[in-house]
Amino acid sequence: MRKQYGGVDAVAGIDLDIAQGEIFAILGPNGAGKSTTVEILEGYRKRDAGEVSVLGSDPGKPTRRWKSRIGIVLQNTEESPELTVREMLRHFSAYYPDSRDPDEVIAMVGLTESAGKRIRHLSGGQRRRVDVALGVVGRPELLFLDEPTTGFDPESRRQFWELIEGLSDDGTTIVLTTHYLEEAEALADRVAVIAQGRIVAEGEPSTLGGRATAKARVTWSEGSVETDTPTETVLELSRTFDGEIPGLTVTRPSLEDIYLSLIEPS
Amino acid sequence: MAETATALPTAAPASAPMPSTFRLGLARAAVETKMFFREKDAVVFTFSFPIVLLVLFGSIFAGGLEGTGITFSQLYTAGLIGAGVMGAGFQNLGIGIATERQDGTLKRLAGTPMPAGAYFIGKIVNVLVIALLEVAILLTIGVLMYDLNLPSDLSRWVTLAWVFLLGVSAAALLGIAASSLPRSAKSAAAVISMPFVVLQFISGVFIPFTLMPQWLINIASFFPLKWMCQGFRSVFLGDAGAVFETTKSYELDRVALVLGAWLIGGAVLCLTTFRWKGRRDG
Repeated sequence: MRKQYGGVDAVAGIDLDIAQGEIFAILGPNGAGKSTTVEILEGYRKRDAGEVSVLGSDPGKPTRRWKSRIGIVLQNTEESPELTVREMLRHFSAYYPDSRDPDEVIAMVGLTESAGKRIRHLSGGQRRRVDVALGVVGRPELLFLDEPTTGFDPESRRQFWELIEGLSDDGTTIVLTTHYLEEAEALADRVAVIAQGRIVAEGEPSTLGGRATAKARVTWSEGSVETDTPTETVLELSRTFDGEIPGLTVTRPSLEDIYLSLIEPS
Repeated sequence: MAETATALPTAAPASAPMPSTFRLGLARAAVETKMFFREKDAVVFTFSFPIVLLVLFGSIFAGGLEGTGITFSQLYTAGLIGAGVMGAGFQNLGIGIATERQDGTLKRLAGTPMPAGAYFIGKIVNVLVIALLEVAILLTIGVLMYDLNLPSDLSRWVTLAWVFLLGVSAAALLGIAASSLPRSAKSAAAVISMPFVVLQFISGVFIPFTLMPQWLINIASFFPLKWMCQGFRSVFLGDAGAVFETTKSYELDRVALVLGAWLIGGAVLCLTTFRWKGRRDG
């Protein structure tokens, strides 16, 4: 799968390729053009210029066949249908030519016990799982997740990550936008950071923005120092203290540090 | 499953046929109807509104029209059946779809391979079911409480059937088209109800045409409600009531013509103006 495009409305110029089977995270502050970018890829918005190809087709002219190959998990839907989880999943599965078994999907998102409950009566987190279930019931080759874990407690977030990894292991390509850097770090094979409508960095989470080669900070009880050779610094300190160094930590910049420095208006 | 999956990983999904629009339309109709009847408060008020009006007007205006044996209650039954059918289509869908546009229902559906046609079929069938029930309830009350005579000959039943079907479909399509007018779900009830209430007053639902100035009748004649009510009066009041029509005739040919024109016009409006997204979604 290839996507390319540039020169789009609120999006000033974005060029990216996402490979089949990978988990690709798009990070960026609110208003940076994340959602616009994703909505163009999903076929919801028209671009003003540039070239886009999603699963080999132009998402600006979506066909039913193309839509049956993608899955979309939107953010903040407020609909409150009087249908049960199972009825909703069964109904949506009928839209697709090769859908997953609704009960299997319900089990996959951990809602088996609530399958007979009306969606109106579910908690926010459970509704989010319904959203995800509806996104994957059509057996999509490509799944879009727009800030999927906003409002989740830490445990649900971990379970959700496992679910996404499972889908990815089955060969689903996943494009994810998120505010949570640890989410991108845990899930994504590659990330792109968008700020002011442009990609300011793109790469693997561990090496993004020169993270792997950045200076390390060695801190101990009496001071701290930034260095390219932290091992040497620690050895020196060890000699000074004659053994244990009190309060020793060695850190490299976190993804969050890198991210914050990237989105800073220059 | 496992063997075929490894041998032909992508062949199966690519070749499976897409579900037909008609079948999905019926599936939509089933869930729409289920959702409607599960929203208990909406069900109670939808169906009780015309009943309350009928009983109210039937009690206030207990008399009859001179020399015809037709009572005001019979007149109101016919008129309220027209208003009920129009309401089930126009008001119900106008407000309902505006709400679905804002709460994300439409956006979610637009991201699936469900065709727009299936959505419209689902809405129209849903409205047909509601309107049919409403007519049945009003007729029962009319017959039991207000000496309404059910038509005795087949031709009147046929008239009832075609006026109902044309009227409800035109009203549903107009409702779908009008749902794009409100800026938000909050304003929808006001934006849609105001013109509908005015239309009821000028279309002969509550006030006979004999009491209305000609220019108001002329305005009402552009809209489908006047013609629906006229068609229903021809069914329930019989030939004796024709003298109270503005032209001393029920003009069934014009009823068919105007309702048919609105049906086509409504369909064109739907196809050209329907939006899956709200105005604020860009």
